[in-house]
Amino acid sequence: MTQLTPVLSAHWDEKDSFTIEGYKRHGGYDAVGKALEMEPDAVIQLIKDSGLRGRGGAGFPTGMKWGFIPQGDNKEHYLVVNADESEPGTCKDMPLLMANPHVLVEGIIIASYAIRANYAFIYIRGEVAHVVRRLQQAIAEAYAAGHLGKNIHGKGFDLELVLHVGAGAYICGEETALLDSLEGFRGQPRLRPPFPAIAGLYARPTVVNNVESIASVPSIINNGAEWFSGMGTEKSKGFTLYSLSGHVANPGQFEAPLGITLRELLDLAGGIRPGHQLKFWTPGGSSTPMFTADHLDVALDYEGVSAAGSMLGTKALQIFDETTCVLRAVLRWTEFYKHESCGKCTPCREGTWWLVQILRDLEAGKGTEADLDKLLDVVDNIAGRSFCALADGAASPIISSLKYFREEYMQHLNNGGCPFDPIASTKFEAAGSR
Amino acid sequence: MTPEALTEVEMITVVIDGFEVTVPKGTLVIRAAEKLGIQIPRFCDHPLLAPAGACRQCLVDIEINGRAFPKPQASCTIPVENGMIVKTQLTSPVAEKAQKGIMELLLINHPLDCPVCDKGGECPLQNQAMSTGRSESRYEGVKRTFDKPVAISSQVLLDRERCVLCARCTRFSDQIAGDAFITLNERGALQQVGIYEKDPFESYFSGNTVQICPVGALTGASYRFRSRPFDLVSAPSACEHCASGCSLRTDIRRGKTLRRLAGEDAAVNEEWNCDKGRWAFKYISSKERIATPLVRGEDGELHDASWPEALAAAAAGLKGKRAGVLVGGRATVEDAYGYSKFARVALRTNDIDFRARTNSDEERDFLATVVTGLTTTYADIDKADQVVLLGFEPEDESPIVFLRLFKQVRKRGLPITTVATIASRGTKKLKAKFIPVVLGGESAAIAAISDLTEKSVILVGERLGESHGALSAALALSHKFNAKLAWIPRRSGERGSLEAGAIGNLLPGGRPVTDAAARVDVAAAWGVSALPAEIGRSTSEILSAANRGELDALVIAGVDPLDISATALTDLLNTFVVSLEIAHSAVTAVADVVLPVAAVTEKSGTFFDWEGRPRSFDKAIEEAQSRSDVRILSMLADELGAPINLPSVAATAREISALGKWDGAKLSFTSVSGATSPAVSGDQAVLASWRLLLDLGTLQSNEPNLAGTARSAAAHISAGRAAALSVSDGDLVKISTERGSTVLPVVVDEMADAAVWIPRNSEGSQAIATLGNVGGVVVSVVKA
Repeated sequence: MTQLTPVLSAHWDEKDSFTIEGYKRHGGYDAVGKALEMEPDAVIQLIKDSGLRGRGGAGFPTGMKWGFIPQGDNKEHYLVVNADESEPGTCKDMPLLMANPHVLVEGIIIASYAIRANYAFIYIRGEVAHVVRRLQQAIAEAYAAGHLGKNIHGKGFDLELVLHVGAGAYICGEETALLDSLEGFRGQPRLRPPFPAIAGLYARPTVVNNVESIASVPSIINNGAEWFSGMGTEKSKGFTLYSLSGHVANPGQFEAPLGITLRELLDLAGGIRPGHQLKFWTPGGSSTPMFTADHLDVALDYEGVSAAGSMLGTKALQIFDETTCVLRAVLRWTEFYKHESCGKCTPCREGTWWLVQILRDLEAGKGTEADLDKLLDVVDNIAGRSFCALADGAASPIISSLKYFREEYMQHLNNGGCPFDPIASTKFEAAGSR
Repeated sequence: MTPEALTEVEMITVVIDGFEVTVPKGTLVIRAAEKLGIQIPRFCDHPLLAPAGACRQCLVDIEINGRAFPKPQASCTIPVENGMIVKTQLTSPVAEKAQKGIMELLLINHPLDCPVCDKGGECPLQNQAMSTGRSESRYEGVKRTFDKPVAISSQVLLDRERCVLCARCTRFSDQIAGDAFITLNERGALQQVGIYEKDPFESYFSGNTVQICPVGALTGASYRFRSRPFDLVSAPSACEHCASGCSLRTDIRRGKTLRRLAGEDAAVNEEWNCDKGRWAFKYISSKERIATPLVRGEDGELHDASWPEALAAAAAGLKGKRAGVLVGGRATVEDAYGYSKFARVALRTNDIDFRARTNSDEERDFLATVVTGLTTTYADIDKADQVVLLGFEPEDESPIVFLRLFKQVRKRGLPITTVATIASRGTKKLKAKFIPVVLGGESAAIAAISDLTEKSVILVGERLGESHGALSAALALSHKFNAKLAWIPRRSGERGSLEAGAIGNLLPGGRPVTDAAARVDVAAAWGVSALPAEIGRSTSEILSAANRGELDALVIAGVDPLDISATALTDLLNTFVVSLEIAHSAVTAVADVVLPVAAVTEKSGTFFDWEGRPRSFDKAIEEAQSRSDVRILSMLADELGAPINLPSVAATAREISALGKWDGAKLSFTSVSGATSPAVSGDQAVLASWRLLLDLGTLQSNEPNLAGTARSAAAHISAGRAAALSVSDGDLVKISTERGSTVLPVVVDEMADAAVWIPRNSEGSQAIATLGNVGGVVVSVVKA
């Protein structure tokens, strides 16, 4: 039985966990002192050695990303933290920033020092006003304590940290769209190359990292690469936040080593809501192909999920029991992608518009089995044809749901409408709900 | 580019659909395929715009050194690499299905209103839907609709439901014209081209977006619903509006010009033109056009006359008289040659000038000795290490020169310096170093320029001649650094008229009038015993001579007296005037004989652009009956008993070619010492002006949609003067001379306190008509 490994979430239960005092009580900002004693390249090497991979979904090795920044080029370098968490089901960065914003600030200082950046930015989605306030407070405290600003810890390192509040667009979680938005333009993905490491923010070498990736850095500095790589699996090292939501008895954040299974996580979370059975689930948000009860023992690391035909993504485990109509869930997600498509490229813009219409007809029981094949064919013309990954994400739930639940789609057509009672999936028994 | 330079480019060999092709490094896959004749369908791709990869229509399968991309790639965004193997829709079923899938998606929200759409018949979407689309749509849903059309300016209309959101128009406006007045807004399926509510699409180059729109989303207000492409007959043409030299395409239906488009010429206008060149052609079909010759009768009125009658009347008024010739700056080379020969042979005079504008002897000397035979070209701008603009506003006065400068500024940060009264919008877009002057101070400012090299290019506008000694200073600057020099007149016919000798000090081919050998040369070719030897009068001198009775008669073609001076028209009143014109004008109103001539679409001919590059064109309207000036002059010369033997444009071109260029000694330029600007105090200011691209020019008449995008007139004054007058932006000031006054809103600008600038010929701001001068004089500026 895999044990939880609370690091980022270790002290969330303390009343002042979000204050600088609360953070320092457990060794907060010690890692900055240690890192500033090291050569920047040694910090990069340490992160490479730890095996830390990007926690935003793609799993790109963090240290390698830092190493791509050309050094000695006499240009400004920038660190940009992607806090535009908006994938349906994903809810790890916002709780982390609510409860422990200083760990991100400390990680930013260390990462900026490593890549020789004197400006860092946090791009946070605008809807989370309460998180924005906590983060603003944390940044102000860090400035006041001399962790930010000029000559940090007297080591001659300067860093300005800017919190930028976005206007609420899913596409701005895509790193190049985020950079455009940060520069004041409409958030739409940029053509690559050039990659952000060469020409990112304001056409300068830029590292864009997820909140959780950067927040993991101080613990690696404090405890060493071996400590970190001692957790997790062969190629997926360390601990991470798994977010369980949906039809589960005790939903929430579970910080565990990579490679834990849903069966283990469900045990920790008290199981599916009483009296019900698992029907389908997403391993990492709605953009990752869904799994079923057959996948309860898939190791939730980058390789394990990939081998089973999905992606680890953001480790947003949305759990659906047998009361849920899969077509209804997929339609809701598709409506989200249609709403959030930036409009730049044809397959995503027009495709999501069309998919919603097809799925609405299917949900209403209109059509024949040939329409399912048409749906799959249209999806095939969208997935892998678009400018960025948004449309791939839109295709995933449709393809995977038809793979596992084609019969249920047919029931809608044979039934002349949805065979499910939508209320049943939303009604929580008083005892079992929380 | 030299052959050496060509070999320096690394060449790359790729295989596309089994065929090898070798192309320069950096070539995009879609372009390499074109070289093989493989057409990959596309919408957003445009060879002169930065890649966008937005429409995804051009997806192909690519592998590099055995490693295949996992999914099809947009061939418009990927440069070739060694070892690359590309499979297009012709050989890859995946690419073919991907392209068909994109086409289907593009069409689900497209209205398919081709039968009523202007673009139908010449539409890339229509064509590629035929090549790449399905015959039946699988879409059963609800199409996106919008209110239509939206006028994004008075001349460009937007039908959003037709738009495929390729962003060609927005990228053109931003990347080529520097006018980001349009942009994409909203998102997803509601994304659309839009303008800021208070900032309409008033770019001088907006028409290009209509032309490059791959669907019928952007249409020109003047052409919308007027015709179908398959009913049009297209004729390659040259633009008559300015000296940029644009290649155009004129589309005719039943003898009428329906529209004009930018033609392709990589060396000159690439694929662009300005809105004036595109839309200002309605003057040709104006109600003011003159249909028959006119002769003034005993009653003082003009009466229709037959050609023999009118030619006889004209000859009677000219025969044996002291006569001069004024040729407007828009004559073709052949017509200008006709006037040049007519003046010398039929009127026995060198009193001829094509400068229907302010003019000076310094300028005439400069034109004859420096400009004839100048060979600076657009390519020199592309290679320049710095460009200096003297008395020249490229965006207003030669828009394609502006586009070329902007391209180099954007591409490689070409440094540009301008000596001007105000930093215009064009100057700001070019990020030019602005050297403010008060008119008259140019020569000193030019002499102070100290950082040029032999790779620098000095572009001199015709207005520099308005400042005494400034052309001398420009020439000295060019000599000092061995920098390239070019003279860029505003009108299309000036360079050609100069080379044709339609000026008092030159015979055709740059032959000096004062050179006996040159005269003998030309006299022999023309079959006359001798040619007049004295330098003729200039435009101003011809007019004042007419006023004083020293000239009895004038032949005037294409001249607006108010372009020259406030008194030019009254100078003509006691003179016998033969007017060759396309339409009724101030000159025809006082002329004794009016001979109608062909407009540019009704004749063949050649313009020389500012580079001296010939821009030949054929008659666009086959059935036109009107005759070119040179043909009429030839008939008139016959009537005078002094034939010039130029029965047609073609014959004239042959004669010009046979005569060739002067290879004898050139006269040397006599430098003129520079002036200083007049001293001013109090409310006084030194006036400066130039013509905005879109203004009250005669050739822009009858086109209200175009006029709707003209920049509104304002008086520019310095912050110091504004403070002294206690006015701010938008407040009215009154500018006056002894002759008259004009009231304009103020723009407070970065400029010398002593100067004031107004548009020369715009609505509400006509410098000559109201103030009697275009610049260099002291005016009074007071709060209105």
